Amino acid sequence: MASKTININLKIWRQKNANSKGSMETYKLDNVSTDSSFLEMLDQLNEQLVNERKEPIAFDHDCREGICGMCSLYINGEAHGPDRAVTTCQLHMRKFKDGETIYVEPWRAKAFPVIKDLVVDRSAFDRIQQAGGFVSVNTSGRTMDANAIPIGKAEADKAFEAATCIGCGACVASCKNASAMLFVSAKVSQLALLPQGQVEAQQRVLNMVKQMDEEGFGNCTNTGACAVECPKEISLENIARMNREYLKAMVAAE
Amino acid sequence: MSILDSKIPEGHISKKWTDYKDHLRLVAPNNRPKIDIIVVGTGLAGASAAASLGEMGYNVKAFCFQDSPRRAHSIAAQGGINAAKNYQNDGDSIYRLFYDTIKGGDYRAREANVHRLAEVSGNIIDQCVAQGVPFAREYGGLLDNRSFGGTQVQRTFYAAGQTGQQLLLGAYSAISRQIGLGNVQMYNRHEMLDLVKVDGKARGIIARNLITGEIERHSAHAVILCTGGYGNVYFLSTNAMGSNVTAAWKAHKRGAYFANPCYVQIHPTCIPVHGTNQSKLTLMSESLRNSGRIWVPKKKEDAEAIRAGKLKPTQIAEEDRDYYLERRYPAFGNLVPRDVASRAAKERCDAGFGIEANDTMEGVYLDFSSEIQAKGKQTAYASGNHNPSEEEIIQLGKKWVEEKYGNLFQMYEKITDENPYETPMKIYPAVHYTMGGVWVDYNLQSTIPGCFVAGEANFSDHGANRLGASALMQGLADGYFVLPYTVSDYLAGDIRTGKISTDSPEFEEAENNVRDMISKFLNNNGSKSVDHFHKRLGHIMWNKVGMGRNAQGLTEAISEIAALREEFYKEVYVPGDANELNPELEKALRVADFMELGQLMARDALQRNESCGGHFREEYQDAEGETLRDDENFNFVGAWEYKGMDINQSELHKEVLNYEYIKIAARNYK
Amino acid sequence: MSKSGIFTSSLAKKYWMALTGLFLITFLVGHLLGNLQLITKTGEEGRRAFNEYAYFMGHNIFIKILAYLTYFSILAHACIGLYLAVQNKKARPKNYAYNKPGTNSSAASRYMAILGTILLIFIVTHMANFWWKQKITETVPLHYVENTTDMQIGQDPMTGAPVTRKITLQSALTTNGNYLEVAAKDVESGQSQELVKIKDTKLIDMNTNLHKAEGVRDLHTVVMNFFGHSEQGQPANEYALIAVILYVVSMFVLMFHLWHGFGSAFQSLGLNHRKYNGLIRFVGQAFAIVVPLAFAIIPVMIYLNR
Repeated sequence: MASKTININLKIWRQKNANSKGSMETYKLDNVSTDSSFLEMLDQLNEQLVNERKEPIAFDHDCREGICGMCSLYINGEAHGPDRAVTTCQLHMRKFKDGETIYVEPWRAKAFPVIKDLVVDRSAFDRIQQAGGFVSVNTSGRTMDANAIPIGKAEADKAFEAATCIGCGACVASCKNASAMLFVSAKVSQLALLPQGQVEAQQRVLNMVKQMDEEGFGNCTNTGACAVECPKEISLENIARMNREYLKAMVAAE
Repeated sequence: MSILDSKIPEGHISKKWTDYKDHLRLVAPNNRPKIDIIVVGTGLAGASAAASLGEMGYNVKAFCFQDSPRRAHSIAAQGGINAAKNYQNDGDSIYRLFYDTIKGGDYRAREANVHRLAEVSGNIIDQCVAQGVPFAREYGGLLDNRSFGGTQVQRTFYAAGQTGQQLLLGAYSAISRQIGLGNVQMYNRHEMLDLVKVDGKARGIIARNLITGEIERHSAHAVILCTGGYGNVYFLSTNAMGSNVTAAWKAHKRGAYFANPCYVQIHPTCIPVHGTNQSKLTLMSESLRNSGRIWVPKKKEDAEAIRAGKLKPTQIAEEDRDYYLERRYPAFGNLVPRDVASRAAKERCDAGFGIEANDTMEGVYLDFSSEIQAKGKQTAYASGNHNPSEEEIIQLGKKWVEEKYGNLFQMYEKITDENPYETPMKIYPAVHYTMGGVWVDYNLQSTIPGCFVAGEANFSDHGANRLGASALMQGLADGYFVLPYTVSDYLAGDIRTGKISTDSPEFEEAENNVRDMISKFLNNNGSKSVDHFHKRLGHIMWNKVGMGRNAQGLTEAISEIAALREEFYKEVYVPGDANELNPELEKALRVADFMELGQLMARDALQRNESCGGHFREEYQDAEGETLRDDENFNFVGAWEYKGMDINQSELHKEVLNYEYIKIAARNYK
Repeated sequence: MSKSGIFTSSLAKKYWMALTGLFLITFLVGHLLGNLQLITKTGEEGRRAFNEYAYFMGHNIFIKILAYLTYFSILAHACIGLYLAVQNKKARPKNYAYNKPGTNSSAASRYMAILGTILLIFIVTHMANFWWKQKITETVPLHYVENTTDMQIGQDPMTGAPVTRKITLQSALTTNGNYLEVAAKDVESGQSQELVKIKDTKLIDMNTNLHKAEGVRDLHTVVMNFFGHSEQGQPANEYALIAVILYVVSMFVLMFHLWHGFGSAFQSLGLNHRKYNGLIRFVGQAFAIVVPLAFAIIPVMIYLNR
């Protein structure tokens, strides 16, 4: 690999805390290895800031291998940056040009208030899960044998695809309405596709949608931006499936 | 030695757990809401424990430093989870899983615990399927299995390369349900910074709200630590950036013994280090070794030319390649266990044959060209083409590889910008899992009464080396099926205790400790960043307490780390305030504990004058460079007691391992 | 769930948008077929066909129900749509400093609310121009035809030769398909005589006061005037060119609205299936192009043929 370094300009959102106003600040960073990930570039910038005795930039991150869903960042006008099917931690600096100006902003949504700099509060997602994103089974391990109910491979695969959602919030960030439909529908779909989840499917979808609405997310207008920006390529089919499930439940639930 | 009572129940190994469970004390449902339990960490062990205890009716408070319990690093496990279901009818059984785990751990694990793990392994799969975990299935609708980690049976359940994610989301759904029901109170973005002991028992924690910086006192009748491993002591590892030892270490400082800290698993197939700003290492699934051949150039000048960019690996002739695993281990070849494969790679790179073009030179090739040829030919023949051209073979072979490993190849290309279909992958071992941890008895209780430790955080069931697909199994077994029984037994004595006050002097003292530490860092007018010190610590650890260790290096490491520690406290600069989100402060508090742990790891490695599993002492190898165990003198768990800031004062206690049901033998993979 | 979830939940609102949208799509087809008569038939035949069609649309009971459904759909679609748009705006109180939505979504999908608002303005003016006159103020005249003939009004008492005068007979088109003579006018003297009393559209016998027939209004002429023709003695709209241009522009807006809206309605109702998604997309996009185009051609041709 042709490893080289580039110099970049950064425009980064700085905000002291949830109550302060915040603004875009400009930084210059030299000698960034093109093999670095985007977050390693930010590490490098923070190291530079610390050495200048300035306050480093707060951003969320953890696993740095694209699975925990902790990293966020709206980079150059797109959730998780210009590359497809990756999280910010999997985005590499070789995607940027020498001398380029890169805009870095937090997820923007009423339901995701900024905590500090680039860190936002995504606990709304947790509350949606708590409203119904589960199968009500106790944890005794004595339910029934795992192979007692055969599940067709096609359905199982679809459930798995929906279940690969990492809950990062890129769907909300990139939706012009800040809608959480892709996230919620992924969980609803996963459980609706499996016989274990079908038992309480109606109540689940009603409760999860209700919570979603209460959290202040926008409504889905089917622009499809969410699925394009989703690092795990969750399909719009899931939203349609949730629409079906909800319709069924709305009509039939007592 | 008498202090370490492992509380292994009497009776035949296959009956121990059942009989023991039948005689444990219970807490009646009406008493459970009066009892508080703290669970720290929400990975597989923590989430499953919190969900189970919450469901039973206890008042559970769960803590995680991430923004959601769903993000714990269990989520990153790729391969699978073992369970002795024998669905594939290939002769698997509880005993075989038990046996394989003990042998894989190089005969340094506790028999009774491992057998219990094997016993409950089947329930884990039942439980997860009932929760809606979408495991891989066959066309007939039944669960699929694969073989993993060199075992002879297919007992690994999986969900593509994201098994850990699916299992964690299953446990997360269970804990979410309990949070929704009000049985579990969740504290996201909270970090435990001390354990509080009242009258010798664990009665609470001090936690920092990472958003507001507030120092909070939380009391409980029992504290369960499920805080993962300490691989980040090496700075670079496959762990998440936030993974840390602090919770476990604070418990250690309060009296919990820390066992076998030197047992570290180095995973052979990771993407090599690319530069000084690298923050973490990425694992490439072990399954790649089923199809790839590992080699380095035979001639040093070829390796030098490759590093200088003058030669490409594809230009090295077949006879000039050294397939060193096939050469050294003809029977197992590229499929030797993790520790063996890792050491062999290190041996070649140390000898100057490494191919990575950076200052470490650490890297070897994982080459798929032979597999592409072989599978291409097979596919052509299978489709009736008995005279395929070279291009046809390569095309078909690549297609086969893509079907099997497409997502991994894509991931590799995203990271390295190299196409592994055309040029061999570069890989190198990286720190992956830590078998050591807080010492616990059969009840998973540490030497502090009321402080339980589960998952990777305890010294666990994996001995000196963990088999693939066993960590997920242990985490869920502990949380779902062990702790609910043993914690209840402990709490049966607490039904009259009443709420634990947080106003006691013990809480006061612990809180003040934490506050002092924080203000010490924030007012330390140093000049270097926390990462600067963490990287230097990692450097010492990797070079001297890494894959190959010797007495001299370990002795040096102990004093080097001591010096680094001193410099750290003097020179570290932590910007920002205490009362805000301050990632630098969080890192400083963690690195402080890593420094002490690093020293203890070196001391543990130094006292263990043998080689076993993940612990390789260069002085103890046979003529062919294989590990040489000393079962006579080191057949014990080394559990360390904290004796103050000077780690050299820490005292070693031994729990001798008695093998009643498995005959100890040398591992041989030739 | 509360019972009112049918109206309050975000998903239910989407169902209403989809259902009303799909209904309006079918309405467009009917409307277009009617409009096409403006250019497919000419002369009195065309005028009569169009006006009779207009009458039918206004009086058939089933059509009436559909009409009310249409009004309801337009209102509901607009109100819910605007409500959603406001809510969606609120869901992101602070915008991105730098955003590149073009990389992940089509412009049509992002501007549905604006497109819809323009369409609403169009519908309002459209209805003011035609529907309002026809249905509410009822200022649209009846469909008359005039016929001037030499009519024998008597005999010359001296010669016995027939006396003829040029008489213009005005007949109104009636709902039963006949023409009923309603007035006669002496061309030379200018004297005229009503043969039938006309009250609104009612044609009433002078003598018996009986309701003889129902007249049909002449919407055709209103349309023709609007788009630049001077017909039936009515002057041409002096702003006809502007009217044509605005109409065509509105149809472009409709095109974009349908381009996204057609498929989107199916998705909102959960009708997404790998097997049929291609078909839905194709039909939707074909519809989005063909229907507005056909609508737009009509005023253009009328204007050019004036």
